[in-house]
Amino acid sequence: MTRKQKRLAVIGGGVTFLFAAVLLVMFAFSQSIAYFYVPGDLAKADVPPGTRIRLGGLVEAGSVKRGEGSTVTFTVTDTIGTVPVTYTGILPDLFREGQGVVAEGAFVAGNRVFVADTVLAKHDETYMPKDVADRLQAQGVTLSGKETIK
Amino acid sequence: MIIELGHYVLVLVLATAIIQSLLPLAGTLRNDPALMAVAPPAAVSGFLLTVFSFGVLTLAYVTSDFSVLNVWENSHSMQPLIYKFSGVWGNHEGSMMLWLIILTFFSALVASFGTNLPERLRANVLAVQGWITAAFALFILLTSNPFLRLDPAPGEGKDLNPILQDVGLAIHPPLLYLGYVGFSVCFSFAIAALIDGRIDAAWARWVRPWALAAWSFLTAGIAMGSYWAYYELGWGGWWFWDPVENASFMPWLAGTALLHSALVMEKREALKIWTVLLAILTFSLSLLGTFLVRSGVLTSVHAFATDPTRGVFILAILVIFIGGALSLFAFRAPTLKAGGLFAPISREGALVFNNLILTTAAATVLTGTLYPLVLEALTGEKISVGAPFFNLTFGLLMVPLLLAVPFGPLLAWKRGDLLAAGQRLFAAVGVGLVIAAIVQWAHGGGPVLAYFGLALGFYMMAGAVTDLVLRAGVGKVTASVARKRLFGLPGSAFGTALAHFGLGVTVIGIVAVTTFETEHVVEMKPGTTVEAGGFVLTFDGMRQGRGPNYTEESGHFTVARGGVRVTDIWSSKRVYTARRMPTTEAGIRTFGLSQLYVSLGDPMNDGGIVVRVWWKPMILCIWLGGIIMMAGGAVSLFDRRLRIGAPQGARRPKAAAILEAAE
Repeated sequence: MTRKQKRLAVIGGGVTFLFAAVLLVMFAFSQSIAYFYVPGDLAKADVPPGTRIRLGGLVEAGSVKRGEGSTVTFTVTDTIGTVPVTYTGILPDLFREGQGVVAEGAFVAGNRVFVADTVLAKHDETYMPKDVADRLQAQGVTLSGKETIK
Repeated sequence: MIIELGHYVLVLVLATAIIQSLLPLAGTLRNDPALMAVAPPAAVSGFLLTVFSFGVLTLAYVTSDFSVLNVWENSHSMQPLIYKFSGVWGNHEGSMMLWLIILTFFSALVASFGTNLPERLRANVLAVQGWITAAFALFILLTSNPFLRLDPAPGEGKDLNPILQDVGLAIHPPLLYLGYVGFSVCFSFAIAALIDGRIDAAWARWVRPWALAAWSFLTAGIAMGSYWAYYELGWGGWWFWDPVENASFMPWLAGTALLHSALVMEKREALKIWTVLLAILTFSLSLLGTFLVRSGVLTSVHAFATDPTRGVFILAILVIFIGGALSLFAFRAPTLKAGGLFAPISREGALVFNNLILTTAAATVLTGTLYPLVLEALTGEKISVGAPFFNLTFGLLMVPLLLAVPFGPLLAWKRGDLLAAGQRLFAAVGVGLVIAAIVQWAHGGGPVLAYFGLALGFYMMAGAVTDLVLRAGVGKVTASVARKRLFGLPGSAFGTALAHFGLGVTVIGIVAVTTFETEHVVEMKPGTTVEAGGFVLTFDGMRQGRGPNYTEESGHFTVARGGVRVTDIWSSKRVYTARRMPTTEAGIRTFGLSQLYVSLGDPMNDGGIVVRVWWKPMILCIWLGGIIMMAGGAVSLFDRRLRIGAPQGARRPKAAAILEAAE
């Protein structure tokens, strides 16, 4: 092969590979992106059952109920809407009533119960999941710590 | 008073850095040796001044001087001494000080050990290091001053974030920063070469040790961080594709590519422009990582700072350095002479393949990490790109690379023989398949892909050994000659084999844990049992306890196998008094390379407690592989041919002659 042909072979191979990688990334995006909602959005947005989303808000005071075994139910609220959530597993250390939470999962068909497979809570006293804080602030909920939801 | 002195000395660091960034550069422009000679002493004194300033801050922590705002916010007088030390970098301001001290440390190393570098190159390299130092010193002084005072001084501190109170944290950030910041030297070398417009194989020989050192530290830092997250967060996961993890992983991928392309440049003078670009990109990714972590655009354990001015400042540093470097590159690159020729199937070709995949993988991780941020900035829509995205894209990209790894060292430079290399790897492929078959027979079940993954890992390990065996000529010469040849092999041959072997070990750990791990979430009362990984765990009850700055509730479990008591596990939940913050201290027992992992959940109303038990088969392989890779980097570093200042032995010309003859 001449120098030019060799270079073409290498560049051609590289470009093909990159093209494949771009397709792969686009495919993976279409499969695995989860949109973020707060309960108030869900009335307007029609989220079909089974679609993975992230649900953010505050854990409504008095709503946490421990059922059989390790299943927990609680309600996520943004003061405009509320969504009942069930979760099986161990809640994070910082999960508390009246505080910010992000639940990842999907609605089950039939009823409007959100089944979460991952629950994230804030990392320390001064931290609120950023997505939650932004959206709640946009809806006029003041966030001055624990006094917010009574 | 001493605190103010520390602050003042930090200003001196900035002043020294400015001198270091301007005078040597003026020297190279005017060809004035006196001005160029300013660089090394400036770099060394910059380092010593930073050590002093850092030492003052450390002293404030150790003596619990709560009149310093930073100490008050992140320390507690009852904290064990080691966490008073590690608390220095367990917060935004202190971690930037750590950045600075490591940066100036590398500058001082270049200044002291780079005595055989051409004068102009050394002056330019140190000048570029000076720019970076000046930028970060200014950043600390203007937006993140750790020496701010509190008046009146509070009696007690607010304590270090409890999940950071751990030995892992004491070691993880310094290692990671040694890696991150170590790549600044490669960056400076690239910029210095571009400024001068001259670049050759010698350049690669000077850069490679720095890249190797930085890469080894980064490998260790990432492995350490992963292990820390595994045992400290109590979630049992070892990698979350969290943006902050990605921030450290991207420079690692680019740095690995850099190591390999610098090899081609050193040996064959090819891929010059590409190597320079990689050196720039690797450090740019380190800077980007710093920006992502420090600016508060991400929410994570690592995001201490949410002050917008800091974000803007780091963004400015990012834009100036990356933008400037890439512009200079675009301006200069066409003037660099293209290097040697090679066939697509050759050692060079294999290394190009390696680079193509590694940089694509880094780009994929970058896309997944930045896409949510970009989308939110443009449309306001909030999305999350989670582990499934990265597992799919990154995982698929890695397969061809991992398959190709053992081939690389077996191919000849310039023109290789794929078939011959394949034949030599027969044994390695056999080893992989046989071991996977044995595991299938002994264990049974599990997806076919899992056994493919295991076979891949063992094949890589065997392939690395094959390379050494062939180089020693085992089977072709007598045993004593082969042994002599083996020990006579250059350090870099052992380094390559070790690093590739370690990668195989990590692959085995990842595959085994993701496919054979079992998880049980159960409600337990004293006396109830749960089975995991062939062990029976009996819950015996809870006990209260207290540590220096926390109270804890621990659950006791008896572990038995086949009715015989083997060991016991304590797993606890702590509440740190100062911040009233609960943490989980998982109970972990190691059996060979596998682990039992017990994490406590919430107490139930009826006296039971939710317990999560994992059986993590071969999990230690993940980090063990990382340590082996790091050792590979270190062994390569001690290769005599690479050592800076080492006289060129007779071996080089001889090797070159053999190469000529082989054509």
